Amino acid sequence: MTDALGGADTFPKLLARNAERLGERAALREKDLGIWRETSWRACQERVRDLSLGLVSLGLERGGKVAIIGDNRPEWVIAELAAQAAGAASVGIYQDSNLTEVGFVIDHCDARFVVAEDQEQVDKILGMIDQLPKVAYVIYSDPRGLRRYRHEKLLSFSEVEARGRALAKEKPGLYDENVARGAGGDLAIICYTSGTTGQPKGAMLSFRNLLTMALSLHQVDPRRSGDEFVSFLPLAWIGEQMMSVATALAIGFTVNFPEEPETALHDIREVGPHVLFAPPRIWEGLSSTVQVKIMDTTPFKRFLYQRLMPVGYKAADLRLKHGRVPFLWRALYLLADLLLFRPLKDRLGLLQLRSGTTGGAALGPDVFRFFHAMGVRLKQIYGQTEISGISCIHPDDAIKFHTVGKPIPGTEVSISQSGEILSRSPSVFLGYYKNEQATREALSDGWLHSGDAGYLEEDGQLVVIDRLKDVLRLADGTQFSPQYIENRLKFSPYVKEAVVMGQDRPYLTALLCIDSAVVGKWAEKQKISYTTYTDLSAKPQVYDLLQKEINRVNETLPSAARIRKFVLLYKELDADDEELTRTRKVRRGFVEERYRGIISALYGDQERIAIDTTIRFQDGKTARIQANLSVRRLEAGGA
Amino acid sequence: MALLQIAHLSLRFGGVTALQDVSFAVEPGAISAIIGPNGAGKTSLLNCISGVYRPQKGTVGFDGADVTQLRPAARTRLGIARTFQNIALFKGMTVLDNLLIGRHCHQKTGVLGGGLYYGLGEREEIRDRARIEEIIDFLEIEAVRKQVVHTLAYGLQKRVELARALALEPRLLLLDEPMAGMNAEEKEDMARFILDINEERGTTILMIEHDMGVVMDLSHRVVVLNFGQKIADGTPEEVQGSREVQLAYLGGEAAA
Repeated sequence: MTDALGGADTFPKLLARNAERLGERAALREKDLGIWRETSWRACQERVRDLSLGLVSLGLERGGKVAIIGDNRPEWVIAELAAQAAGAASVGIYQDSNLTEVGFVIDHCDARFVVAEDQEQVDKILGMIDQLPKVAYVIYSDPRGLRRYRHEKLLSFSEVEARGRALAKEKPGLYDENVARGAGGDLAIICYTSGTTGQPKGAMLSFRNLLTMALSLHQVDPRRSGDEFVSFLPLAWIGEQMMSVATALAIGFTVNFPEEPETALHDIREVGPHVLFAPPRIWEGLSSTVQVKIMDTTPFKRFLYQRLMPVGYKAADLRLKHGRVPFLWRALYLLADLLLFRPLKDRLGLLQLRSGTTGGAALGPDVFRFFHAMGVRLKQIYGQTEISGISCIHPDDAIKFHTVGKPIPGTEVSISQSGEILSRSPSVFLGYYKNEQATREALSDGWLHSGDAGYLEEDGQLVVIDRLKDVLRLADGTQFSPQYIENRLKFSPYVKEAVVMGQDRPYLTALLCIDSAVVGKWAEKQKISYTTYTDLSAKPQVYDLLQKEINRVNETLPSAARIRKFVLLYKELDADDEELTRTRKVRRGFVEERYRGIISALYGDQERIAIDTTIRFQDGKTARIQANLSVRRLEAGGA
Repeated sequence: MALLQIAHLSLRFGGVTALQDVSFAVEPGAISAIIGPNGAGKTSLLNCISGVYRPQKGTVGFDGADVTQLRPAARTRLGIARTFQNIALFKGMTVLDNLLIGRHCHQKTGVLGGGLYYGLGEREEIRDRARIEEIIDFLEIEAVRKQVVHTLAYGLQKRVELARALALEPRLLLLDEPMAGMNAEEKEDMARFILDINEERGTTILMIEHDMGVVMDLSHRVVVLNFGQKIADGTPEEVQGSREVQLAYLGGEAAA
């Protein structure tokens, strides 16, 4: 492994290598005050050195932990590398976590240092500093609003960097010594997995874990040193760690940070990335934005879109099925590319894209086809945090939408007796931090138990069905996978979230949340007036619309496992109400408990359900919602 | 010394007395609020300070100088900026262009110099754009920088108007009901921005506001008007305890 990395086996060593080899080339770029500002590899290493020595002067020891919370900024990565250069590990915390989660992670990982981006995050931590006795210092990077804060544990980034510079004068070789003492097997990061149940677990990953993964992925999906990458997903997430940190250091490409989270999509367009890794919701968002905008555009553009899109679809289907496109279609595609696809890709910022990947959940075949039609060869990635993020990826020459592809080099995948997906590779994690029991459950003989049910196809491609524990049975014993059906439902642009139920029940039912942007647009076109989300989702016409969508999914399901009744929920499921995890997965148990009344009505004879409930806003305020939900019944067994 | 010194100000429209012998002072670096029931003369007072109205009697002193006779533009150059109760932005222009207009009073190039662009025009343009980007960052409106103002939500438009007032780099910022018509979250954001402007930029703030929670939380000092007369002036606690204020707000019987 280290041959390809020139003998460097830790992130700080790679940083030193890049600083030497790439020198003034851009390592990090951040849009600040409207202008993209670069930090070269050399400057990046200097900042890391100053901060690292600053932390050492404040008492950071080898084996210590530094917790980091904040939006994606250069300082996030610099803080992580500074911790690692001092022989400590970094622990990322999702920036939108609630107080309990933040408090739990900081305390559980034994961090003495917390690096917090701004006033918002500092307030969170200082607010519960009494319950975090292990925390010695809170270090912030954005001083805005914090000038008047006086707290013995609060320090600014620049103060710590100044201490670092002072220490560097005193002991000139100290930083290099610290870096040299690091080894590939050292703990690099602890990734807390949000977990659909119980407390988060901290997966410990070493430099070797992360770097072998980066290099193996590089073999099947190559990146180049001059590539541009945009970092806009939480850096606490393993997916962002493997791209923005591990791969960026190993390959030496440039990581761009958007101005604000809200400007990310716009900034992607400005950067024109070569590599883009995003969860399905981003790809879905891009595709539905295009579709909504096309409804609004000039008739001529709409005409072009409607005429040329089928050409793209046809060419994509031919290429995916036979591996090549006949001459006539190639010629037509060239025309469509010139008139439609290139301008469209330019609009989305995907014109330079060489490697587009999706991971974290299933992506609908319609969205896949959409991007393939416009010439973006989108590929699926599969993996767990515990295997450094990736075990499988679609091979370039055999992209099949229902699979997650083949194992990357150095990775073995097999299926256990109970149908569980197992994987083994040098990237499998060291264990959960301070949780022996969970580690034993996840690892046996080096095999990582994914908890996912799946099977291998004849050509070696892996198909993931669902979480093993989520494969359910109806009262008559019929097996079904709620998540599978939910994903199919969510492929409809009108459906934002879906929860399918039926465990030990006579038939399947669904709770749906409409996508207010798309359905709202549709309602405007149909001249249906509405006020709020609650009002819109109660319209009979909207029920009709959604019924058609469910019927379409029902057609593809065995008749015993079809949805018989559904309700459109009066609010969107929300992570702040604990209905979704931070990565936007439905917390099934919680949702079923919370909407017990509605669910029992779905299995009764009621046509309408009166709702009277209170919801909680982010700022802690509450509001009362009163609504009348109707239950819609679908033809039994038929579509 | 007080930054703003209002002395014996009286303003009449025909037979209506809008302000009668109002005097108070605003200390530099403070956040002060003017409150009072509808028609008490709050906006008239603000208009006298910014120069829209000329009082019949009394003086407006700013930074030791008498500015009572100065036109609004001249007062702006001295460092007084304001926002309006009903948003007064150029609706058909982008956020950036609106903010650049706020920089106009700092530009020295004329029509000709600006039109030729190269030289001083270019330097000023770059300088002003840089200042504006700081304000955009400060008020967190990066995402709408290039959007046309009328497409923005009301709360955001209010924020853009505040940004334009900041572009003037005022020493005294007059805010006429900065929170009117906002939802709870927008109010909270606006309150944070007002505090940040005061703390980070050291700008003195005088605002009219109806939301008592906001007034009592933010202000160092509160002036109460009723029927054109000042009936109380002091810290939020003092004003809340004042019997006259209770009478003005709640009526004679309720307060008794």
